[in-house]
Amino acid sequence: MAHKTVLRKPKGFIDVYKHKPGAEKDRTHYCPGCGHGILHKLIAEALEDFDIVDKTIVISPVGCSVFAYYYFHTGNLQVPHGRAPAVATSVSRANPDSVVISYQGDGDLAAIGGNNILQAANRGENMVVFFVNNAIYGMTGGQMAPTTLEGQITTTTPYGRNVKTDGYPLQMCEIINQLTAPVYVTRTSLHDMPNIRKTRAAVRKGIKNAMDKKGFSFIEVLSMCPSGWKMDSVPAQEWIKENMLPRFPLSTLRDISEDTPAVERPVPVMDPDEVKNILGYGALSDSNLTKNPDAAFEKVALRVAGFGGQGIMSAGIALANVGMEYGYNVSWLPSYGPEMRGGTANCSVKIQSETIGASECTEPNMLIAMNQPSLEKFEKIIVPGGALIYNTTLIDREPTRKDVKVYAVPITGIADDLGDTRVQSMVNVGAFAAVTGMFDPSEIESLMSSLFEGKPEKVVKLNEKAVRKGYEYVKENFS
Amino acid sequence: MNENREYPFPEIDPDICKGCKLCVASCPKGVLVISERLNSKGFHYSEYVGEGCIGCGNCFYTCPEPSAVTVYMKDYVPEEVS
Repeated sequence: MAHKTVLRKPKGFIDVYKHKPGAEKDRTHYCPGCGHGILHKLIAEALEDFDIVDKTIVISPVGCSVFAYYYFHTGNLQVPHGRAPAVATSVSRANPDSVVISYQGDGDLAAIGGNNILQAANRGENMVVFFVNNAIYGMTGGQMAPTTLEGQITTTTPYGRNVKTDGYPLQMCEIINQLTAPVYVTRTSLHDMPNIRKTRAAVRKGIKNAMDKKGFSFIEVLSMCPSGWKMDSVPAQEWIKENMLPRFPLSTLRDISEDTPAVERPVPVMDPDEVKNILGYGALSDSNLTKNPDAAFEKVALRVAGFGGQGIMSAGIALANVGMEYGYNVSWLPSYGPEMRGGTANCSVKIQSETIGASECTEPNMLIAMNQPSLEKFEKIIVPGGALIYNTTLIDREPTRKDVKVYAVPITGIADDLGDTRVQSMVNVGAFAAVTGMFDPSEIESLMSSLFEGKPEKVVKLNEKAVRKGYEYVKENFS
Repeated sequence: MNENREYPFPEIDPDICKGCKLCVASCPKGVLVISERLNSKGFHYSEYVGEGCIGCGNCFYTCPEPSAVTVYMKDYVPEEVS
């Protein structure tokens, strides 16, 4: 390496940390003596020296280094806990010429992301992983991590880690080294200057491997957490030496990058027609249905809302599918969550001739409310002049809005009369067709066999009937 | 900056330094000390005693704060200010 006449903040860092909130945009958020800062500097220096700042993408984890993207002057992604290797995989596959860095802590990599790292390592993904091991969960205040030492006192092991109840510290390097694909597996430390320099060499080798597409490099770095360990920085370095090194011996477990050829992966072809064929959507464009030019709504932004289990999602999907058959642009966006267990569920459906931008209906011109909480929640966001269909079987109060057209339909009751509460989603489809005038029920019936592909004839017929009933109810009572 | 200062020498930004003392511990010549003064953030910052630096770079590499330490080597040529 060329001799440097000055050692200063590397160009791998952003000059002024403009993404960092608050006034202190000239310094990191790390505590005094934190190992993250040292490793950040070694990485940033290597990126500058190899002139790859612009082609590097750093994946920030969850942990103290969650904000690594404040500092690195690279492409940055911050990802959910433990998922950095998974996201790094997609980044690396989509941009094979980029240098992908997955930066993770021990809680992130060895606990919640334990499987993610194994799978990425096993595939030999082209990335370099920096695994900062400080034997605790630092960001949350020093709880026991998978790498916590036997007997080590943490906030969640006040009597020390007991191997009988908490198991042994995970030695990730040794585990990764059991796999065939990785090319470089090493453990270094930041506990004194010679080891910081060794870490520097390891960082540079790992990044070089990623540049040369050698595959998977894994660099575990034993690092200080003075705040979490409740000691000063220099004693923290001593603590690594005395306590961590016996359990986490420093060594290069594998280095076969020299003899490994660059990894060439097939680049996936994304041909839209081919994808349609694979997904079985080839027939959709053959529809002969024509749009009704007199439809009450040319542009539908619909919310369907109700209890989980009321066919909210299937009504939305059915409407979107029917709209697609008529040649409209459609979107369907479900809102899942704990609602699946009995709260309110809802979905957004857009049906329009124009191209659709956002698929969530924040200002719906139509609402199908299947239960009272849904009516209360969504009634107020309908645009004036819109339409509201509500389920009188389950809602015993009138809507308060006077500036929308209200259709009171006993949706659940109609379905019950047909002998199966589950068909209420198709009653909704029929009611929708009558209110909007967008679809003709006889034409929808011609689509039933494709909507209910693989279902018994009986089911198809019942659902057909439900559409017809919903349609007729609205026509008879509101025209 | 003292323009007559002899190279090599470290330059420590007193306001960025968080006073962790890692540089003091890593300096082979013992020419870094913790100031008795506090900086604007309330840390006793690290400072160079003024002579004895050999330009090893230990303080730079052990400092966790990217912009706190700059080390000018023996053969550093100051950029001309026009």
